[in-house]
Amino acid sequence: MKQNFGDSGTVTSDIYITYQMGNTMNNNVILDVTDLHIEFHDHDKPETVVEDFDLMLEAGEIVGIVGESGSGKSMSALAIAGLLKRHALTKKGKIMFDGTDLLTCDRKTLRSYQGDEISMIFQEPMTSLNPVKKIGWQVEESLRIHHKEMDKAERKRRALKMLEAVGLNDLERPYDKYPHQLSGGQRQRVMIAAAMIAEPRILIADEPTTALDVTIQAQIVELLRKMNREKGTAIIFISHDLSLIRQICSRVIVMQNGNIVETGNVEEIFKRPSMNYTRKLIAAIPQIDLD
Amino acid sequence: MKRFLALFKKNTATGRRNTYLILGMAITGVVLLMVIIGIFYTPYSPTKMDSSAKLQGMSLKHLMGTDNMGRDVFSRVLYGSRITLAIATFTILLGAGVGTVIGALTGYFGGIADEITMRIVDAMLAFPSILLSLVFVSLFGTGTYQVAVALGISFVPSFARIVRSEFLRCKNMDYVEVAKLQGVSSLRIIFVHILPNTVEVLLSSVMIGFNNAVLAEAGLSFLGIGAQPPYASLGNMLSDAQGYLFNKPSYVISIGVVIVLMVLGFSFLGEGIKRISS
Amino acid sequence: MRYILKKALSMALTLIVVSFCVFLAFSLIPGDPVTRMFGTEATPELLAQYREKMGLNAPLIVRYFRWASAFVQGDLGTSYNYKIPVAGMIAEKIPITLTLAIMSFVIMVVVSIPLGIYTAKYENGLIDHIVSSLNQIIMAIPPFFSGILLTFFFGVVIKIFTPGGFVSYTKDVSEFLKYLILPAFAIALPKAAMATKLLRGSVIEEAGKDYTRTAYSRGNTTNAVLYLHVLKNAMIPVVTFMGMALADMVAGSIVIEQVFGIPGISRILLTSINNRDYPVVEAIIMGIAIMVLVVNFLVDIIYRIIDPRIEAGK
Repeated sequence: MKQNFGDSGTVTSDIYITYQMGNTMNNNVILDVTDLHIEFHDHDKPETVVEDFDLMLEAGEIVGIVGESGSGKSMSALAIAGLLKRHALTKKGKIMFDGTDLLTCDRKTLRSYQGDEISMIFQEPMTSLNPVKKIGWQVEESLRIHHKEMDKAERKRRALKMLEAVGLNDLERPYDKYPHQLSGGQRQRVMIAAAMIAEPRILIADEPTTALDVTIQAQIVELLRKMNREKGTAIIFISHDLSLIRQICSRVIVMQNGNIVETGNVEEIFKRPSMNYTRKLIAAIPQIDLD
Repeated sequence: MKRFLALFKKNTATGRRNTYLILGMAITGVVLLMVIIGIFYTPYSPTKMDSSAKLQGMSLKHLMGTDNMGRDVFSRVLYGSRITLAIATFTILLGAGVGTVIGALTGYFGGIADEITMRIVDAMLAFPSILLSLVFVSLFGTGTYQVAVALGISFVPSFARIVRSEFLRCKNMDYVEVAKLQGVSSLRIIFVHILPNTVEVLLSSVMIGFNNAVLAEAGLSFLGIGAQPPYASLGNMLSDAQGYLFNKPSYVISIGVVIVLMVLGFSFLGEGIKRISS
Repeated sequence: MRYILKKALSMALTLIVVSFCVFLAFSLIPGDPVTRMFGTEATPELLAQYREKMGLNAPLIVRYFRWASAFVQGDLGTSYNYKIPVAGMIAEKIPITLTLAIMSFVIMVVVSIPLGIYTAKYENGLIDHIVSSLNQIIMAIPPFFSGILLTFFFGVVIKIFTPGGFVSYTKDVSEFLKYLILPAFAIALPKAAMATKLLRGSVIEEAGKDYTRTAYSRGNTTNAVLYLHVLKNAMIPVVTFMGMALADMVAGSIVIEQVFGIPGISRILLTSINNRDYPVVEAIIMGIAIMVLVVNFLVDIIYRIIDPRIEAGK
């Protein structure tokens, strides 16, 4: 706990280091999204929700996607995680991961990545966990699916370790608890533990702190940075909150109405936003967050 | 009434056909029409026996054939439907009437009276309605009126529950607060301000209630409790007809089908109304 | 454990209230047992003597305790009509009615759960449309009529069922069970239709919740999401319904026993109601009430097992 607060005092330098690490040590692209188009067909007229979306993610880096609600940031993220529902929409473009196009590959191949190589956490920690299953069972699930060679005891050992890593060790027997016995922040920690247990290469965090109050928000962001630092997991961090993005990301993609309007180094964009829209997003940040 | 009509308007506005509502109205309409016609005209007297025409099959002369005493089944069905429907209507009037008042008062005022009433209501709801009716019938005695009252009482709890929860939902809404500030009396708020807003829910419950009441009445009269000879409701007739299942199946089946149609009509109506209001 | 105790206590409390209500109701009926016992040959002296002897002059609450403690010890009173203990009259009938109700319950569960899951999984498919329409019709067919239809089809058309061929369980258990299959189906059909509809809706609703997306994000197959995640949640309302259905089935067998000529408690109950043989009616009603309460208690416990959110407090 103490360490967490110490860390958040030196936000900028930390980000700088992460950014540097991403560039110098691991110069390999693990995810390459090009020309992603998503169209909905719920109504009579098809509705484009994402257009010309490009994203290159390098191992171990944290990229932010920022935009207002409805800007297509969550849709892009869901598409990368392979979670867009199959009917009522069309998808075009390429999502290359490990030499496979996640957009066109068969479901079995897609599933073999989900939870093992690419994990996702969501905005609503209150409803994203299964209410009738024990925390331990849910945290272990990815191991059960992808690492069948592992025995029960080993899974449990790892789950407990993971629960400790996300800071749930102060809870009494978190493994045997049910979601309703936990607070929102604790549940999001469980989500992170479950997403990280198979040590994926990419973690997609879709507004992971929006539903939480500010102090918890900071703790979750810190936890994500810790995961990135210790496991080298690349993170796609989605938020409507530029100041949060600035705390955690090296690079940022700004989205509006399904299009990328600006992309680049977070600090650069903060200093010299080229688009009005980005300026608006920056202006929306309460002043105390700016240094 | 305006609200009631609005239900159908909303239906055409969305452009979606509400098959349940249409089918329900059609079936119930036909059944009601037959019952109304039956009041003024039946092809034969429902009680007139004809020893020369026993257990005949369906024909133009006897649409549903004749029974073991040579009586015209169709005429008897018209008559029996009227009794079944009358008892069901009485049941619903009593059940929905008393249930609404109890539900409205307990829901609006709350407090200890509410607690106690709801305990009793829950205890009653836990018991199958046919059993409850049997308890009351055994207390009141058998007979048409006794059965109607017994059924009515056993339908009170479910209506009380539904109306109470509607009142709990409505009682803190703005229009109630405004009425309170204007000094409108509690009773007026309950019955003039809130009650009309529960009409969709109440209407759909009434239809489902009708469906259950017809089933319950038919069940009780099938057991020989309820309408006593020479009156016969559909349940009695079905029970009589069962004995001739092997030599004249059309006799039993035509009566059964009428019961099914009656129930089906109401259940479709209930489902249809539920779909509009949600 | 504390939860079970609490529920058991509440069940006992309800039982006391219900039994008191039943006792009270039957005490309020005009005409006391003594008058009924002697009928026309009664003289005032004889009546007074017997009233004293049977303790009918004691206050209501005292009589209730006497009645209740006798009931607990298996003394259910004496039939007015047959002048024999009620317990003996209904003891051998209860297994028949209970077997019928349990068989219906099993049929309902076995039919509705797979159908509910299947129709939800293939929502708006051909089978879903067929099953949903059939359900709507089956729900409208009263069990006594579906019983007649089943008898007609299996007894007359394909001739594999002998109507009226009831065999007592004391003679041949398998023949007894075989005979009960059709009646059990007649009772189970409308309930199975309702349960299917309920489960279908419940699965579809649960499948739209956030946690299923989480489950997919971990690489679960559709079936794994359905069976490992959704189903347990979707069963919560269905369990409540099925508990109520079991109670209904006990009552429903009263009607069906008449249709199929099964000598369960139905016949005794109906003749007793018609003859105003109150001790018998009272005992049977109490018996069914106890069954209903025990079923509710069991449902509460199953509920607690599948839904951890239910705390001991509530």
